[in-house]
Amino acid sequence: MARLLEHINVPGIETFDVYRKHGGYKSVEKALKTMTPDEVTEEVKKSGLRGRGGAGFPAGMKWSFLDRKSDKPRYLVCNADESEPGTFKDRYLMEKIPHVLIEGMITSSYALGAKTSYIYVRGEYMYIIRILEKAIQEAHANGFLGKNILGTDYSLELYVQPGGGAYICGEETALLESLEGKRGNPRLKPPFPAVAGLYASPTVVNNVETISAVCSIVNESGDEYAKIGIGKSTGTKLISASGHINKPGVYEIDLGLPVEEFIYSDKYCGGIWKGRKLKAVVAGGSSVPILPADLILKTAKGEPRLMSYESLSDGGFATGTMLGSGGFIVMDETACIVRNLWTFTRFYHHESCGQCSPCREGTGWMEKVLHRIEHGHGHMDDIDLLVDVAKKIEGNTICPLGDAAAWPVASAIRHFREEFEYHVRYPEKVKNPKHFELEPFRSEKVLATV
Amino acid sequence: MSEQKINQVQFSAETMELVQRIIKRYPEGKQKSALLPVLHLAQAEFDGWLSAPVMDYVASILSIKPIEVYEVASFYSMYNLEPVGKCLIEVCQTGPCWLRGSDDIVDHLEKKLNIKVGETTADGMFTLKTVECLGSCGTAPMLQCGSDYYENLTTEKVDTLIEKLRGSDQRSTYMKSNMQEI
Repeated sequence: MARLLEHINVPGIETFDVYRKHGGYKSVEKALKTMTPDEVTEEVKKSGLRGRGGAGFPAGMKWSFLDRKSDKPRYLVCNADESEPGTFKDRYLMEKIPHVLIEGMITSSYALGAKTSYIYVRGEYMYIIRILEKAIQEAHANGFLGKNILGTDYSLELYVQPGGGAYICGEETALLESLEGKRGNPRLKPPFPAVAGLYASPTVVNNVETISAVCSIVNESGDEYAKIGIGKSTGTKLISASGHINKPGVYEIDLGLPVEEFIYSDKYCGGIWKGRKLKAVVAGGSSVPILPADLILKTAKGEPRLMSYESLSDGGFATGTMLGSGGFIVMDETACIVRNLWTFTRFYHHESCGQCSPCREGTGWMEKVLHRIEHGHGHMDDIDLLVDVAKKIEGNTICPLGDAAAWPVASAIRHFREEFEYHVRYPEKVKNPKHFELEPFRSEKVLATV
Repeated sequence: MSEQKINQVQFSAETMELVQRIIKRYPEGKQKSALLPVLHLAQAEFDGWLSAPVMDYVASILSIKPIEVYEVASFYSMYNLEPVGKCLIEVCQTGPCWLRGSDDIVDHLEKKLNIKVGETTADGMFTLKTVECLGSCGTAPMLQCGSDYYENLTTEKVDTLIEKLRGSDQRSTYMKSNMQEI
């Protein structure tokens, strides 16, 4: 059942009055008037809510790490630097129902004891910033922000900060650097932001969807929220569906929905466009391993694959992937895996902050090598060279951007090696950028001609 | 604008007031936090790009060293360090947009505007750029101009858009209009 998007189609839901009429800001009233901050944190822990930005770290546990003994001010910073290719759910949520985020920010800031909080939005989402500014003004005017909220002794100021266009600022320590007016270079950890974050003060950084989910958790109780979903994947998740499907868009699902239903049901993606066949899916944003059709629909053990943290990662990276940010990119039989991967690698090369040489140099080399394979100038050795470079980036950098750049390369070659070999063997055939649109790749064809 | 000198660069009174309000969002002494928003304002006010005198001016307002501004302005992709056309057309080209035909949109724009990616038309009207994922994958292909997203593009839609934009100046629309209400 929809939680975040329950009232998405109500006309005027982006305004305070309509949002309030539909049960908005109840969690603020309940938390500030009847609960202690620690009780709110306890509910979030009980809910089993996991970070919705991509890493999936338990949100309640992250909150519990916040240094509450420090005499410095504490901060809550919302990560709205949504930049993972294939992900646009936060934008949708903030555009359509901005007050759910503002409400979540107030309730969460209260739980963490923050008196000033920031929402860091990627700079390109300028029109979203406009929407959030308006929502904040409305919340202020109605006594939900500012001094002595609802007559209690809790006060909070909430500000929106625009980014400058950098994927890396979605990494929480890079985001904090950026919020301090610096280049987005990730920090070495420890110390973790919970101890020394923004202005070296205790800070929690959470994704838009994570913070928004806190409203229903407080309203319904953590135990109730934990009943939604499956196993350790509790609650609902926003999935951004893109690529070769009939109905791209943002869908709120109960975690545990079968992947097959998500792709083919008219309620969600509505099947593959143009009557074509499914070839591959990148299930959690560009960083997670790509899976071929058979492995995204069923695990290696033959069980139906579910939209949950555990089921998507079943089989490890050999035969599984990750839920990640929920950026679900679907490719039909005409998609060229090599070209898609080249665009991803170009992205990581462009977005590497340049601090760690394995990432700065490695992403550049992977982009170059993939460019030449895709354009018909590759060598057979290039394929193993790519695997080797990816291996040398992975695990050898300050932040996970290096891993995020390495995993797509390693997984594409793991599952689609023949397609890379085809590019090397038949340079003339791949010179047309739309090669597989003219004639979809068939692996048995390669085998027959070898 | 390339002839600018720092003493000629000055925010309007209105923008300056906005800058002061932005600085108040951060704790005392942390005014450097205002750098990214102020650079957006500067770019909107001074022809869509950040010249060295403009960056020096921003440094002086925030009481930081010019190098602290340069290193930030050169790090983030939204800050232009060279002049741009009145309409900066930024086409997303990352995987999900490519899957839905962004290459065709780029090709079409190159032909229509008679320039290559990275170039500006002779009349200074349009600059064409390709960019990485703008978070519009479900409405791909797409482009951004000023603060607006144009989505689910077709070559016909691009033609209509270009005619609509021609003659306008999108450089100042970016930041100013929305932050004034804060």
